[in-house]
Amino acid sequence: MSAKVTPWQTAEIAGPQKALVIMKPEVVVAMIKRAKRPILVVGHLVTKNDTENKNSLDYVIRLNKATGIPVVATAHTARELVKQGFQPAASMSAMDIGNRLKDASWNGLDGKGPYDLALFMGLPYYMEFVILSGLKHFSTNLKTISLNRYYNPHASWSFPNLKVEAWNQSFETIINKLGGK
Amino acid sequence: MKTNVAVVKNLDVSIGKIVDETWEEPEGPTPFPSMTDLRDWDFKLLNKYKPFYLPFCDVCCLCTFGKCDLSGDKRGACGLNMAAQQSRIVLLSCSIGAATHTAHARHLVHHLIEKYGEDAPLDQGGLNIDIEAPVTRLVCGIRPKTLGDLEDAIDWAEQEVTHCLSATHTGQEGSNIDFESKAFHAGMADQVGMEIADIAQISVYNFPKADPEAPLIELGYGIADLKKPTILVIGHNVPSSVGIIDYLNKKKLLNEVEVVGICCTAIDITRYSTAAKIVGPISWQLRYIRSGLADLIVVDEQCIRADTLEEAQKVHTPVIASSPKNCLGLKNSTDKPSNELVSSMVDGKVPGVLILDPDKVGEVAVETVMKVAPKRNKFKVIPEKEEIIEAGKACTGCNECMRACPNNQPIPEAMKAAAKGDLNPLAAILEECVGCARCDSACPNDFALHSFMVKAGEKDCWDEKFKMRAGRGAIQDVEIREVGGPIVLGEIPGVVAIVGCANYPDGNAAVAEIAEEFAKRRFIVALSGCAAMSAAMVKDEEGKTLYEKYPGGFEAGGILNVGSCVSNPHIAGAAIKIASIFAKRNLRANYEEIADYIHNRVGAVGLAWGAMSQKASSIASGFWRLGVPVIVGPHGSKYRRMLLGRADKKEDWYVYDARTGDKVYVGPTPEHLFATAETKEEAIVMIAKLCMRPNDTTKGRSMKLTHYIDLHKRYYGVMPDDIHLFIRNKMDIPLTMKPEILKILEEKGWKETKIPDPTLLKRMIRKKVE
Repeated sequence: MSAKVTPWQTAEIAGPQKALVIMKPEVVVAMIKRAKRPILVVGHLVTKNDTENKNSLDYVIRLNKATGIPVVATAHTARELVKQGFQPAASMSAMDIGNRLKDASWNGLDGKGPYDLALFMGLPYYMEFVILSGLKHFSTNLKTISLNRYYNPHASWSFPNLKVEAWNQSFETIINKLGGK
Repeated sequence: MKTNVAVVKNLDVSIGKIVDETWEEPEGPTPFPSMTDLRDWDFKLLNKYKPFYLPFCDVCCLCTFGKCDLSGDKRGACGLNMAAQQSRIVLLSCSIGAATHTAHARHLVHHLIEKYGEDAPLDQGGLNIDIEAPVTRLVCGIRPKTLGDLEDAIDWAEQEVTHCLSATHTGQEGSNIDFESKAFHAGMADQVGMEIADIAQISVYNFPKADPEAPLIELGYGIADLKKPTILVIGHNVPSSVGIIDYLNKKKLLNEVEVVGICCTAIDITRYSTAAKIVGPISWQLRYIRSGLADLIVVDEQCIRADTLEEAQKVHTPVIASSPKNCLGLKNSTDKPSNELVSSMVDGKVPGVLILDPDKVGEVAVETVMKVAPKRNKFKVIPEKEEIIEAGKACTGCNECMRACPNNQPIPEAMKAAAKGDLNPLAAILEECVGCARCDSACPNDFALHSFMVKAGEKDCWDEKFKMRAGRGAIQDVEIREVGGPIVLGEIPGVVAIVGCANYPDGNAAVAEIAEEFAKRRFIVALSGCAAMSAAMVKDEEGKTLYEKYPGGFEAGGILNVGSCVSNPHIAGAAIKIASIFAKRNLRANYEEIADYIHNRVGAVGLAWGAMSQKASSIASGFWRLGVPVIVGPHGSKYRRMLLGRADKKEDWYVYDARTGDKVYVGPTPEHLFATAETKEEAIVMIAKLCMRPNDTTKGRSMKLTHYIDLHKRYYGVMPDDIHLFIRNKMDIPLTMKPEILKILEEKGWKETKIPDPTLLKRMIRKKVE
């Protein structure tokens, strides 16, 4: 990992176990392909129509279409997804899904078994930070990826702090390489 | 007894508390409970609501064995694992909070006894209040009648908080669940400490006494008459502010000097005198000081910025520190003559003084401010527009300010706009700013970014003038008599307690919106502390605040401000009094039974929306032990532990039917004990859901479901996917939604269940199980 990669919120120091940095979007592609039971957790920031997030909702839907990865919408995110004609697999609070993912005996939303990869995007940075930490320390079977454009050190893998354009480009690459449009 | 001096027979020696022989109510099982007396009850709750730990970091750094890496399944040098370490941090936080409120009570009661005597009577509302200290009755098993009587309860709280704190020492407790139980204990002690503080000050200072129509007082950044010398009081413990008002009264200067406040001491001084005014919540400190509006600052204790003295010096404002807990490095001048202290501050020889005598603070503050104000001429350090433009041009866009901001505000972009002369983005950030000034500290160019925002938004600040109802204090017994039944049966859908600070972007608007949403739905909405201020800081089209529009009674559709932080136990006390007045349960030292009653029957939910201190964790903890769920806003996730139910685990949601002894499935009611809401919208839906209780009648459950479904559809756009878990029989289904819900029930394979007389306590079963 590059020595210059630091948590976006500068004081959010993780400790000895820090996220590996996703230097190329292909890493995410490989992780998703390798995963037997991936899941995507999507927070409300994807519904914000600002410079940073205006494409996020679209990325969520395209990623799902490309891979079939189930989407859990936290807080009131489901409303916007449904408006776009997309039905998330579940709508539950970020803490609820975090708490279930922590539990190795949880058989998932479909009852078919525990997940092995959880991807996160659109949660407030510090909230995602602590949930990823909870999963890092207390889940036994799960890898996590932070797909936000800020380095979040408690994930297994995280993007570094990226400019919006580079972040958008990463998503386009990931979706294309996974066979999406 | 046989000694060298005498042989004594039939001598009874009693060591300990004096028993109240006149109290007919029998003493329950846990008077002055020890740290383990309610452990079984805690374990029942913690079995339903298991902790989800959210560590800040991988290490423990509390002792010199460490730092210890606790990641994975590692243990520290002391043997502690990560779960235990996180619960230890929770206990530490709750102990700090409980110590703070209890020490607050100790200082306050000590001062009041010194001044008014230990026989000064307690009075919470005359004939309207028979159960005058419900928390203390319930926990300690005493009913205090005078100031002096309060000391037994404070002694107990101090002892228990010390025990709890000691359990966090290296090599003490090793089980995370026991740490959690102790955190509950600290929270319960905190409730006692707070209750004592408030009933003492209400009684002696003659604050509004359980008054639904407590006066409307002024609040806002722009409320002070700037032509007058202005004293700004900040903190929580009110005697020094009372000293100021008393001295102004004595000298007939009340119309000559403005007394304004920030944080809970502001709330409490307006309970004492309607001449005092509230500037705003905790996050208004820096903007007010830097704007030079205060000619003198008096700080007492809690939630005061640690750099108050430095900031005050920049605007030539002297500071009087008045609490032993917050001396600010100032020389203790309590014994010096007042005129000497006044002249030393007026002449600028000292930046401030420490005075540990509230009455003397009053005299020195007033005499000083009268002389300092003309010299200061409201000197401020808010820059002019040109200076901000130049700074905008010099800004390198390094993002350090944004990365330091707790809410990721786009300050670099705003500085770019400022470079072009457009200060509107900076003004927009001030609207959302929590006033921490971490951006200032982080800026490598040392730009006073928070001051830039204040300049950009100052016009809007001056328009901030609102009306808030003064803290009313306790809930009257007669109010409980009227609403107790409807609450327990579920016909008043819930009691929403909005407490703590609303330090979050758009926090004031969010709190006001949440309060109004539930008041309109005929819930009871009780507020305290800075949240009570926040709810006042929004006006409707007619220019009215919530307090002008809604009744201040504990009634369906009421929006009531109970008072400051230490007034929170009046909300818990209302729930406790329902058990006593409506259900005729004994309160005296009968904690477990009453908590069981509240948990299963009283649809109360707490909400603390902003980023907060350790006191908020102990306040929440006091509610947890009573079985009352608490929701926190996004920053509350950093309390590092949630207590979450698992709706998908049917086995977690059984209670005893007290009538038969049968174990009955009651669904996830309430689903969580401590949960984070990511957005205001989620908080609203979650509140409605967490108000459901096993005891709800079909009519009550139907009403609660109507609110939950309606809000869910409004904010989430769809029907909730868990309603089948809350329907016991078809009578529970809201009438207007029956066809839609019946279809869902069929799809889910729903089966009817019993409505029990619910309890988690086997001993409450009236018919013995064979």
